[in-house]
Amino acid sequence: MEPVLELKNVSAGYGRIQVLRDISLKAFPGEIVCMIGANGAGKSTTLMTICNVVTAARGDILYRGNRINGIKFSKLPPMGLCQVPEGRRIFPRLTVQENLELGAFFRKDSTRIQEDLDMVFDFFPILRERANQKGGTLSGGEQQMLAIGRALMSRPRVLLLDEPSLGLAPLLVGQIFNKITEINRQEGTTILLVEQNANVALKVSRRGYVLETGTVVMEDDVKNLLQNPDIRKAYLGE
Amino acid sequence: MDYFLQQLINGLTLGGIYALIALGYTMVYGIIQLINFAHGEFFAAGGYMGVILLSYLAASGAGPYVCLAGALILTMGYCAVLAMAVEKVAYKPLRHSSRLSVLISALGMSIFLQNGLMLTQGVYDKAYPTQMTQGSFQVAGLYISYMQVIIVAVTGILLVALNALVFKTRIGKAMRASAQDKIMSGLVGIDSDRIISLTFAIGAGLAAAAGIMVGFYYGSVHYGMGFVPGIKAFAAAVLGGIGNVTGAMIGGALIGIIEVFAAGYLSSEYKDVFAFVILIAVLYFRPTGIMGENVDDTRV
Repeated sequence: MEPVLELKNVSAGYGRIQVLRDISLKAFPGEIVCMIGANGAGKSTTLMTICNVVTAARGDILYRGNRINGIKFSKLPPMGLCQVPEGRRIFPRLTVQENLELGAFFRKDSTRIQEDLDMVFDFFPILRERANQKGGTLSGGEQQMLAIGRALMSRPRVLLLDEPSLGLAPLLVGQIFNKITEINRQEGTTILLVEQNANVALKVSRRGYVLETGTVVMEDDVKNLLQNPDIRKAYLGE
Repeated sequence: MDYFLQQLINGLTLGGIYALIALGYTMVYGIIQLINFAHGEFFAAGGYMGVILLSYLAASGAGPYVCLAGALILTMGYCAVLAMAVEKVAYKPLRHSSRLSVLISALGMSIFLQNGLMLTQGVYDKAYPTQMTQGSFQVAGLYISYMQVIIVAVTGILLVALNALVFKTRIGKAMRASAQDKIMSGLVGIDSDRIISLTFAIGAGLAAAAGIMVGFYYGSVHYGMGFVPGIKAFAAAVLGGIGNVTGAMIGGALIGIIEVFAAGYLSSEYKDVFAFVILIAVLYFRPTGIMGENVDDTRV
């Protein structure tokens, strides 16, 4: 099977500071694949480089077989590539409903947009209750739901999720990850998940990459990663 | 009491004009955090283009109100295009530079546009065909000229239209999103370059309308006319809370009223001073302005 998203020897950084060195990774259609690593390993930078918010200095980024290096990032959601960035970045002074509508900004099929809005509201009922509230007034967990809901409004083929567990209580983390697997199963959305919380990430994923100081140091099926003593020691707290 | 009400009407008329200019400052600031010091020049360019079009349309035999409407719409379009060109040439290449560089570029653009207007239109005042809207009527002892009615009506329509655009339409939603987080708005598919360009166009269109109004109000235009009203409108934008659309409207009205009252009750010599006294006082005591921070529901 052809990967839907592939990075080939990608290097990138900010100014003269190099963050990513020679990153190669693949995401196959319909799978959840995760990237785990410590704070500052370059996980978020990898996602930002895929979307060309950070420019790749070297290497190829392939989406559905086409090279997408250098494409303006506002062109990617219409192509089906969508990111929920670190820190959620919801629009704080727009209402919940407006935030969701913006997720479908590029779409013209207004009846389908309405259906998808209902779908997101069914998926996260709390968002329906808060529809007319300003995004900035939501709690952390609700904001995470809003950010994921907003991404779903673009009907993504590939969803890049950056640290959905960040700052959430363990119970909420479990809820959010249940929803993530549900999206993957129901919609067949490919998900590239970036997480510091390796425990939950490895539980929901099929394959995983381990990132250390900007380089992929290991890649395998998660069942092998979970049995690897080094991983258990460094990332699973044993 | 009559004198007070008369001055209030005059003040609101002038305030509406300041509000139209102030919106351009505040919207551009809201979206790229730039004080566009060339903004007053769009107002001046509008004043000139307005009088040129008016005489051209009048010569073609159209009625006065047709002339006025035609000149207004065409002038707003002209200034919108001019502002998009200015943004592309002077600001867009500096998008990732320091804010100071863009500010200096704005000052340079202001000098360039002002001198361009002087070279092409001459150094002398250009008279407006004020006879077009001559006449006034009396209500309860107050004199109201037709021109004042036109100014207030046009200003009101434009302000309502702008409010609807920003707060009710899809493109307005995109503008507000871009003002809040440019990268994230790009990640949902909003092309921020286009939104920035559009913001400049709208701001300049409103300033152009104000230019025509001022031409009728004072009877003539001058190549350097953009400077003082530009700074006063900037003071209005700061007073209202920079970045806030509703604030700019309120700030504009207040500056206009205060200026007219100062001229009427104190001395017309000092009328220009008050806008700047307010600017300094606001910056000193409440830098966020009337609508800033605490009531930021209407911020773009």
